[in-house]
Amino acid sequence: MNDIKVKVKELSLRYGTNLALKKISMEIPEKMVTAFIGPSGCGKSTFLRTLNRMNDLIDNVSIEGEVLIDNINIYDKNIDVVNLRKKVGMIFQKSNPFAKSVYDNIAFGPRINGISNKKILDEIVERSLEQAAIWDEVKDRLFNSALSLSGGQQQRICIARSLAVNPEILLMDEPASALDPISTAKIEELIHELKKEYTIIIVTHNMQQAARTSDLTALFYLGDLIEMNKTEIIFSNPAKKQTEDYISGRFG
Amino acid sequence: MNRNIKDKIVEGITGISVLVIIFIIVSILAITIIGGWPNLNWAFLSEFPKDGMTKGGIFPAIVGTAVMTIIMAVAAVPFGVITAIYLAEYANEKSVVAKTIRFAVKTLAVVPSIIFGLFGLGFFIGFVGKNLDSLFNGSELRWAQPNILWASLTMALLTLPVVIVSVEEAIRTIPRDMREASLALGATKWQTIRKVVLPGSISGILTGTILAVSRGAGEVAPILFTGAVYFSSHLPHSLSDQFMSLGYHIYIMSTQSSNVDATQPIQFATTLILLLLTFSLNAVAVVLRYRIRKRVK
Repeated sequence: MNDIKVKVKELSLRYGTNLALKKISMEIPEKMVTAFIGPSGCGKSTFLRTLNRMNDLIDNVSIEGEVLIDNINIYDKNIDVVNLRKKVGMIFQKSNPFAKSVYDNIAFGPRINGISNKKILDEIVERSLEQAAIWDEVKDRLFNSALSLSGGQQQRICIARSLAVNPEILLMDEPASALDPISTAKIEELIHELKKEYTIIIVTHNMQQAARTSDLTALFYLGDLIEMNKTEIIFSNPAKKQTEDYISGRFG
Repeated sequence: MNRNIKDKIVEGITGISVLVIIFIIVSILAITIIGGWPNLNWAFLSEFPKDGMTKGGIFPAIVGTAVMTIIMAVAAVPFGVITAIYLAEYANEKSVVAKTIRFAVKTLAVVPSIIFGLFGLGFFIGFVGKNLDSLFNGSELRWAQPNILWASLTMALLTLPVVIVSVEEAIRTIPRDMREASLALGATKWQTIRKVVLPGSISGILTGTILAVSRGAGEVAPILFTGAVYFSSHLPHSLSDQFMSLGYHIYIMSTQSSNVDATQPIQFATTLILLLLTFSLNAVAVVLRYRIRKRVK
C-alpha cells in the first residue's frame, strides 16, 4: 500500500439540522484509485466535495472533524481555499467546459494563476490534452468551441483542464454516468493511466466501474461509511452483510 | 361543451388578443410615419426652432436627449451592474441586506416617474446643488437650479432598478456548474465572476441595459423639474446648462404653443425621430445579442 495522502478524522456534515455525513474516518493512499459507492443520497458525493471544500459554496452547511491532506487540516482557519482547490482538482458528473475554445478552456487555470507567456501556455495545453488522451482528436481544432465536441470528448477536455493546474489529487464525481459505453471505456482507461501520477478518488453508481478501475472501495449508506477495503476484497469477501447485499444488488 | 370546441374558442381568444396588439402597434407607427415623414429633412434635423417655435428644426432637442441619455447611462449602468453582481453572487439570499436591497429595487421600479422628478428637484437641486453653491460659489446660483446633470442623474435613478433586475437575471442564467468548474480550478470568486460569469452573460447584460436606457431616453416626467427647458437658443456646453429634450418638446409643441395647428407637422416629425431613436437603441441591443451568441458558438 502506498503512503497515505488524505486522512479523514470523524468528519460530520450538516445541511441545516440534517446530518448528512456521520463521523466518517478513512485513509486514502497516494497514487491509487479509491472508489466511493452506495445508493443515491448516501452521502458519497457530499463527502467527495468536502475534500476540496466545494461544500463551502452552499449556504448553511456546517462541518465538524478534520480532513488532513499531506498532514495539513484543510478546514484549518489559515488554509487558503484557492490553493487547496489547485491541489485538489475536480471532475463533475455533467461535463462542464466553458463556452470558450478548447485552448482557452485548458489555459483557463494557468492564466488565472498568472501565466501569460504564449509558449508556456501552448506547452501546458498540449501536455494536458495528451495526458487526458484527447490531443490527437482535438489538435486540429484547438480554437473551436469546446461545446462543439461530443459528450465524451467534453469530459476529457474537463479532465485536461484540471490537469493543467498540476493538481495532486483528482476528485471525480460520477465522471462517466452521462456517457455512452465507448466514451466510458476511454475515461476508465484514462483513470488507469492517470493514477501513476495522481491520487484519484471517484464516486460511481456503477459497481462494475468501481471493480474495474479502483484499488480501494468504500461503501456509504445513509451518511455512514459502512466498509472500506481493497476493491477485490469488497467485491469477493466483504466483512459486512450490508456490503454483500449492496454489491449483489439486493438493495440500493 | 365539447372539448374540441373549447379548444377552438381559447385559440380564437388568444389570436384576437394578438391581433389587437398588432393593430395598435401598426396604427401608432403608421400615423407617426404618415404624419411625420413628409416633414423630415436635413434642415429639420440640423436647425434650431424659428419663428416662435412654429418653424425650423429640433437640433437642440436631439442633442439634448442624446447627451442626457449618455450621462444617464454612464451613471446608471456601472452602478446597476455592480449592484446586480452583489445580489446575484455575493449576497446571502436570506440576509437582511439582500432582502432590503431587493425590496428597495422593487419599490423603486414601481414609483411613478413624476415622483422621481420631484425627488430630483428636492435632492439634487435643493440639497446637493444648494450646498455645492454655498461651499464653492459663495452662494452664487450655479448648481442649485435645473440643469442637464441633475436631469440625467434623476433619469439614472429611474432606470437603475430596471438595469439591476435585468442584469441580475442575465447573471443568474449562468449555470452553477460553470461557477463550480472555475472555482475547482483554483479561481477566486472575483476571477470566476470576471472570466466566466460576466463573459457568459454579457449579451443579456448589454441587452438589458440598452433596453433600460432606451426606456429612459423617451421619458419626460423626471426631467420636467430638473433640467429640461421650453426653448434654448444654444446647445448645453456645460453640465450646469439646461437643455431641450425630444419628449418634452413634443409636449410643449402640442400643448403650450401659441399656434398648435402650425406646429402639428413638427409634432409628428419630432415623434417620429423619438421613436426612431428608441427603436434604433433596441435594434442595437438585438444585433449585439445576436453577434455575441454567434461568437460564443
